[in-house]
Amino acid sequence: MGLTDKIYKYIFMIIAFSSFVFLLGIITVLFTEGLPVFSFTSVINFIFGKSWYPTAVPPEFGIFPVILGSLIVTLGAMILAVPVGIGSALYIHEIAGEKQKMFLKPIVELLGAVPSIIYGFFGMVVVAPFVQNLFKIPTGQCAFTGALILGVMAIPVVCSIAEDALSVVPKSYREASYALGANRWQTLWKVIMPAAGSGISTSVILGISRVMGETMTVLLVTGGAAMIPGSIFDPVRPMTSTIAAEMGEAAVGGSHYHALFAIGLVLFLVTMVMNIVAEYIGRKYRIKLGLDV
Amino acid sequence: MKTRADINQRLGFVMLIVCIIIALLALSSLIYFIASNGIRAFSWTFFTDIPRKSMTAGGVGPAIVGTLYLVLGSIVFSLPLGVITAIYLCEYSPKNFTLNLIRMSINNLAGVPSVVFGLFGLAVFVKLFNLHVSLLSGSLTLGILILPGIISASYEALIAVPQSLREASYALGATQIQTIRKVILPAALPGILTGIILGVGRAAGETAPIMFTAATFYSRSYPSTIMGEVMALPYHIYVLMTEGTNPAKQTMIAYGCALILLILVLAVSAIAIYLRQKQRRKYA
Amino acid sequence: MKLLNVLASAAILAGLCSGANADKKLVIDGSSTILPVAQAAAEKYMDKTPGITLTVKGGGSGIGVASLQDSTCDIANSSRPIKGSEIAIALTKGVDPKATVIALDGIAVVVNPSNEVSALTKKQVRGIFNGSISDWAQVGGAAGKIVVVSRDTSSGTYEAFGALALMGDKMRPDAMLQAASQAVATTVSKTPGGIGYTGIGYISDVVKAVTIEGVACKKENVWNNTYPYSRPLFMYTNGKPQGEAKKFIDFVLSAEGQSIVEEQGFVPLRKLK
Repeated sequence: MGLTDKIYKYIFMIIAFSSFVFLLGIITVLFTEGLPVFSFTSVINFIFGKSWYPTAVPPEFGIFPVILGSLIVTLGAMILAVPVGIGSALYIHEIAGEKQKMFLKPIVELLGAVPSIIYGFFGMVVVAPFVQNLFKIPTGQCAFTGALILGVMAIPVVCSIAEDALSVVPKSYREASYALGANRWQTLWKVIMPAAGSGISTSVILGISRVMGETMTVLLVTGGAAMIPGSIFDPVRPMTSTIAAEMGEAAVGGSHYHALFAIGLVLFLVTMVMNIVAEYIGRKYRIKLGLDV
Repeated sequence: MKTRADINQRLGFVMLIVCIIIALLALSSLIYFIASNGIRAFSWTFFTDIPRKSMTAGGVGPAIVGTLYLVLGSIVFSLPLGVITAIYLCEYSPKNFTLNLIRMSINNLAGVPSVVFGLFGLAVFVKLFNLHVSLLSGSLTLGILILPGIISASYEALIAVPQSLREASYALGATQIQTIRKVILPAALPGILTGIILGVGRAAGETAPIMFTAATFYSRSYPSTIMGEVMALPYHIYVLMTEGTNPAKQTMIAYGCALILLILVLAVSAIAIYLRQKQRRKYA
Repeated sequence: MKLLNVLASAAILAGLCSGANADKKLVIDGSSTILPVAQAAAEKYMDKTPGITLTVKGGGSGIGVASLQDSTCDIANSSRPIKGSEIAIALTKGVDPKATVIALDGIAVVVNPSNEVSALTKKQVRGIFNGSISDWAQVGGAAGKIVVVSRDTSSGTYEAFGALALMGDKMRPDAMLQAASQAVATTVSKTPGGIGYTGIGYISDVVKAVTIEGVACKKENVWNNTYPYSRPLFMYTNGKPQGEAKKFIDFVLSAEGQSIVEEQGFVPLRKLK
């Protein structure tokens, strides 16, 4: 390797490390700006405290209702997204012909490419009033509507990864199943899906991660009450909308500012853990079937 | 004779069809509502005029231009970084530790929620680097957001280039950097372009990262400097719906903005699909 | 080819950088109550005065104050007085906030037009918003859950209402927090059991403003101080207003500016001829 090549290699290497630098930067910022909140409140009170009154005197920084808000809409969203997403993946994999596939795969991708503000806007002006009228509830801006819209947003994530997982199951599994006399459905349900199980669980985990990190949709659609909900039709305020709604007024360096960064830290840690787990399963699974990464 | 297994199969397949129909219905109702309402807002003034009469009349020209500049800025920032990172990973095949570290960083960066990017941009670009709320801060923040996408697409494009091309180039005596510049990159161009296009689509629609780093509620003029705030389409929809003072008229404007974004996303996806087909045909 | 792309983009950016901003700039941020007034006044002012660009932002008085502290705005609109702690933080950053009262406001308590209730006492309002009263039957209406809609914590109206109506009680935790007064009005208009509070300028035919202790939320009652939830609206500047900021605030205080205040539904500082 000549000298110029060596120089270029090192320049490129330094530039390639930028991704690592950015990730490190994000982690550092979250910790340095988030941790100071614990001089105002203990970790236990922060995570399990039930009152979020950041501007009261003295301020109260309990984010338990906020965390619960995130969890409830995420759970609701996955109840919709997992069956529909996996079902769609199974359909595309098994039933759709080449022509249908060429049409369906871009549609699913498109569902995932729509910006979240549009989903939130659509949720606010069309879905929320509809839900309010349908269920005769006090307000359509609640956890249910949030879960509904977020579920739709998660369908493409679950579907495309699950479909990927299904397509790497070796043909031999299917052929062996047919040879034993099983029909298409039995093969699909009892042989191929379990074989793709790890990949499918990866798709669910990444779907959860996507939904937890969603901001604009929940900001517009979930009602914004930082309380522990009594029913699925109560308004809630997930972590993301709390950060987005209150960041503007938090004076830099104040306790409220640090509290919001601390919520960001919690959010980041949760999604990062899920992403790492998903990646671990994903790689392990591929290795298990003897494929190159 | 219909066995139990046959009936189960029927049922099972019907369930799957229901699933895909739900997905299709969701997308079509979204497009239908946005398109049918948004089209009513469309007019030449809508695209070119500034907002007037407390944002109940006039147009969203500054928001369109602001979005364009934000997207351009984010691409300018992330494209060189992304392509070079992909080149490094593909052509220089680093040792396992480096590869894993960079790959782990990219994957994790891809999973970071957009509001966390906003926090990062606020703390670092707006405050620490003192860039203030500006086009520059917003572009940098968005640039980091789309970086993983650009890297992945470029990497896929680069490894798809047949090894034979590289070997032929080296056999002719070219250095590695010459090979990369003149042989591999041009061959990988459609794939890289796909990454750029998808990055454009993503950056144009993001709201949370620009909320505290670039966007403003009302600005009469078109952006003239990178150190100033800009209006942006996604943020405009958000403020119209939450801080707007005249919901009746402003919902219509918001629909119009949403339709513009939707058309942009559709165009972006269509171009990406076309580029992917072209790439596949090249190496089929 | 990639090089060409990069160069072209750099050239455009350079053009943007050097595009010397011939216009002077004035950044106004803060209260969403004052927003319609600031917006309309800014438009009129820019029509009359060439060579200056006004940028108006909303989101809440708290945002305006934070912005003033960080010197990222020239004028902070605030619908509540600045707090002592905020002044202290500002001083450490070299900012000395000074207030100019630009208009008056009455915080209206609004309900859905279909609601039978048209009058409330101060005690009832306090009970509804602090969580001790949760059913419309308790205040003379048809039985049904009271859905409380509030501004969020960055709002000056939230703080002012907390002081005037809640007397320091905490807002009930199940109150739906909205980012702006209009959002409160819209939500209440769509929620049959809803109740919320907004600036007087946000009363329209989609919501019904109830009387408090028999006094209606009207500008006459704000002037003669009979409406219990009256308050001043401020524009804060770093030090006494100077230069472009002073010119704009003077405009808002002028007859033309105050008629804009009245047009937007708020209460001018004095009766206009």
